[in-house]
Amino acid sequence: MNIPSGYLYTKEHEWVKLEGDIASVGITDFAQGELGDVVFVQLPSIGSKAVQGDSFGTIEAVKAVAELYSPLSGEVVEVNSELSATPEIINREPYSSGWIVKIRPTNFEAERLNLLSPEAYKDLTSA
Amino acid sequence: MRYIPNTPDDRREMLREIGVSSFEELLGSIPTPLRLNRQLTIPDGQSEWQVRRDLTQMAEKNLNATGHACFMGAGSYDHYVPAAVNAIASRSEFVTAYTPYQPEVAQGTLQVIFEFQSMICELYGMPVANASLYDCGTALSEAVSMARAHTKRTRIVWSEAVHPSYRRVAQTNNLALGTSFDIAHCPNGQQTMDSISMLLGDDVAALVLQYPNFYGLVDDLSQLVERAHSHGSLVIFITDPLAMGLYTSPGQLGADIVVGEGQSLGNYMSYGGPYLGLFAASNELTRLVPGRIVGITKDVDGRRGFVLTLQTREQHIRRDKATSNICTNQGLIAARATFYLSLLGPQGLKAVGEACCRRTQYLIEKLRSIPGFSIAHEGHHFREFLLRVPGDARHFYKYMADNGILAGVPLTKFGINDERGILVALTETRTKVEIDSYVSLASEYASGGSK
Repeated sequence: MNIPSGYLYTKEHEWVKLEGDIASVGITDFAQGELGDVVFVQLPSIGSKAVQGDSFGTIEAVKAVAELYSPLSGEVVEVNSELSATPEIINREPYSSGWIVKIRPTNFEAERLNLLSPEAYKDLTSA
Repeated sequence: MRYIPNTPDDRREMLREIGVSSFEELLGSIPTPLRLNRQLTIPDGQSEWQVRRDLTQMAEKNLNATGHACFMGAGSYDHYVPAAVNAIASRSEFVTAYTPYQPEVAQGTLQVIFEFQSMICELYGMPVANASLYDCGTALSEAVSMARAHTKRTRIVWSEAVHPSYRRVAQTNNLALGTSFDIAHCPNGQQTMDSISMLLGDDVAALVLQYPNFYGLVDDLSQLVERAHSHGSLVIFITDPLAMGLYTSPGQLGADIVVGEGQSLGNYMSYGGPYLGLFAASNELTRLVPGRIVGITKDVDGRRGFVLTLQTREQHIRRDKATSNICTNQGLIAARATFYLSLLGPQGLKAVGEACCRRTQYLIEKLRSIPGFSIAHEGHHFREFLLRVPGDARHFYKYMADNGILAGVPLTKFGINDERGILVALTETRTKVEIDSYVSLASEYASGGSK
């Protein structure tokens, strides 16, 4: 299972990666493996508010639908529009081109304490 | 399960088992004043033929479109149903088809639904149609909640020329969600900019228009659609599919959701049901469409197969997220509509529409010349118009019905405060003889024949 370093994780299997003042968000390799073939992602609208721990969209696979929980609070500044035509990118490249939204976090330093390190996430998923 | 009444022996045995000696004793704990203390007033049993005879006599008191010339419409129309529709639809594969819970084994059912959806898409000029809903009222109700879910806005603006019964169903079903409704008045029966645009705003989820409208008028709606879109509102059209042989489709006019009543397609009036709710939407809204959508695919060997492509998951496993509780469709009625449309084809549909228009125009012209009668609205009428009669429309209706003609639907029936108004509809089944006798009876009525 691929749990790259340089990313932070949630217990709900999202990842977040901060670059400059923008955080990319996606789901983990473990999550895409458990879900199976992703067929649809319901994205939030650009400019909407994300709240740490709240749902910002849904991800639908052939056999299940799951909520997407925001790892951080902030403003949604970009969504991955590639996903509407080719949601399967999430299965292929969950950590790179399979990103889902980009958030400009408003309280990163405090909220990062609620997130998991790669090691902690590894413990969680191998338990 | 067979119904087997209790014999006196059975009753004695049951009472003995309970430990009482009589039925009276069983009821002993109920105070006497609270009991009925007499036999129920139910007549003795009758033979099957007696029951049939009595019910037939009662049924004969109903006025129907077979014994009378029917000029009544208002959402339910006396169109001709070709015998072939009945012949095909009576095949047991269609009559007994149950809802496809194991869709892959119901290929025939799924194919009919797929064809149905394709035809509705083509008629309405929309990319997506579902497998049908119950009737136009429930379809409108779903369209309203879908617009709400999509726009996250709570206000609906609809024109007065939207069928009052459809409005009532949609309003009842959506009130508890906190949806508010503003009605735009249509002074000349027409849905024009004047009163509607005033009500539009950035908090409006959808503008609801009927086309052709409740009064049978075909309005020019393109500017209204544009105006609603400029506010980010969706536009819901209510459109009789039968009119689509003649007019620009709602899709071409920019509709986001189109609903309609499919009774006019190969189905009978049947005293109000079962009817057929049509529902089509833009690509963007596909994921929110209520009910089910059948798609076409290929199996591993490349053979064609039909599948229940989309059934909103929320209705099954995520009910708290659901915007609709409809998981089914009106199978047999939708199948009949499919057969009807495939038998008529585009030319046939156009011919039926033109026949309706010609008859309507003919009656309008004749009635104009009768003193005391007037045509309420100017404009192009498809199949229906509002007639104002001398005196109370209900009285006129009675007079005409006594003479073999069901003259129309008095507006007061819909709670509309227009005692002289009666909505008159003419399908392709109205003959010149019937129309001419409508006119001569109306003349008699005007000249005091009603007294």
